[in-house]
Amino acid sequence: MSVAASLIMAAPVAAAGSRLIATSGVTQLEGGAGGGLTPWALISGYSDEGEASVGAFYTSVDVEDFRLKVNGVSASFDNRFEVSAAQQNFEIKGVAGDIRQEVYGAKYRLYGDAIYTDLPQVSAGLQYKRLIDGETAEAVGAEDSKTGIDYYVSATKVHLAAAGGYHLLWNATLRATRSNQLGLLGYGGDEEKGYQLVPEFSALVLLNDGLAVGAEYRQKPDNLSAFEEDSFSDVFVAWFPNKHVNLTLAYADLGSIAGSEDQNGLYFSLTSWFK
Amino acid sequence: MFIRLQTMLVAIALCTSWASVSHATDSYYEELGGRTGVENIVDNFINEISYDQHIVTFFEGSDIARLREKLIEQFCKESGGPCEYTGDSMKDVHAGMNISTGEFNRVVELLQTAMDKAGTPQTAQNRLIRSLAPMRPDIIHR
Repeated sequence: MSVAASLIMAAPVAAAGSRLIATSGVTQLEGGAGGGLTPWALISGYSDEGEASVGAFYTSVDVEDFRLKVNGVSASFDNRFEVSAAQQNFEIKGVAGDIRQEVYGAKYRLYGDAIYTDLPQVSAGLQYKRLIDGETAEAVGAEDSKTGIDYYVSATKVHLAAAGGYHLLWNATLRATRSNQLGLLGYGGDEEKGYQLVPEFSALVLLNDGLAVGAEYRQKPDNLSAFEEDSFSDVFVAWFPNKHVNLTLAYADLGSIAGSEDQNGLYFSLTSWFK
Repeated sequence: MFIRLQTMLVAIALCTSWASVSHATDSYYEELGGRTGVENIVDNFINEISYDQHIVTFFEGSDIARLREKLIEQFCKESGGPCEYTGDSMKDVHAGMNISTGEFNRVVELLQTAMDKAGTPQTAQNRLIRSLAPMRPDIIHR
């Protein structure tokens, strides 16, 4: 929470970018702009044509037997290109030593504007993942316990005033991945070694210009015979009091993780954009 | 608690959305507050523009009384009110201004502030934004 506090204290003074509020999206588990679970086609921050945006984020997911904490930074340029760096710390209740993973992300907007073009905004991205603590991944039978790369394509569309006068946003992402539990348990496994295509979906309604409620679903591979892996889902409230801050609260259902069933709990995320 | 709230909100959103689909041709002019509401919005809008040090430069030398009249006509007509828009086309009005996407968004924000200050309901605000959004290609990069 000290990171969260320092993000709030940072009291950003630089002018925010020119995009409309909430079009930053929030920060997803691997550091990309998106919903909480899944990357969207939106580019992080508020950078519009010719502008840059820089932000930092802290996320925690606290379920029955595990905690995941994510710290990182993100930058974007020209509402076109996004880069991010995140460190995930996965804590296991009653076990000394976290599993740490670094995720370096890049995303490029290929087409469109989520609000203004008839067709959705479409972006392509990748997430390069490096497992710092790979011993657990090795022990549970991961094919690779060092590095993995996820590739994805996302489409995001805002339908203005479409839900009884409220703006509606949806996102669909298709990800090619070998990651076991985001990569925290390595990449590929004894049951499935190679890449799989998994869909991810989000939808939200903006109750006003800075307050969204929605839900997400993220399918995941199930590569390891030792443990069953489930999809992730959540329902969330995202608040954008201004263009410098986003607070997101969610109730997340992470399913079965490393043999522990029904891992549900609170998801909290804070993103601050300094520029 | 979250789930229940969520379910409720989605249910409400769905209900109202069905309602709006079945009355898709209805105007929202009355929701904007009719003639008085639209005049308030436009007056606030021009006021917000006049306080924005960058955006105001686009209006230097403009006939503000005429701008007011044409904006009222436009918002009235777009919302289904009893008006005709007698101004120039959006393309002609913005020709040579080379308005950026950021400047366009800034004006959207000024309009949203204007509507907030006029007490315009959120759903009517959103509907006006929806009506005006398709004009963007005729406004930016001209």
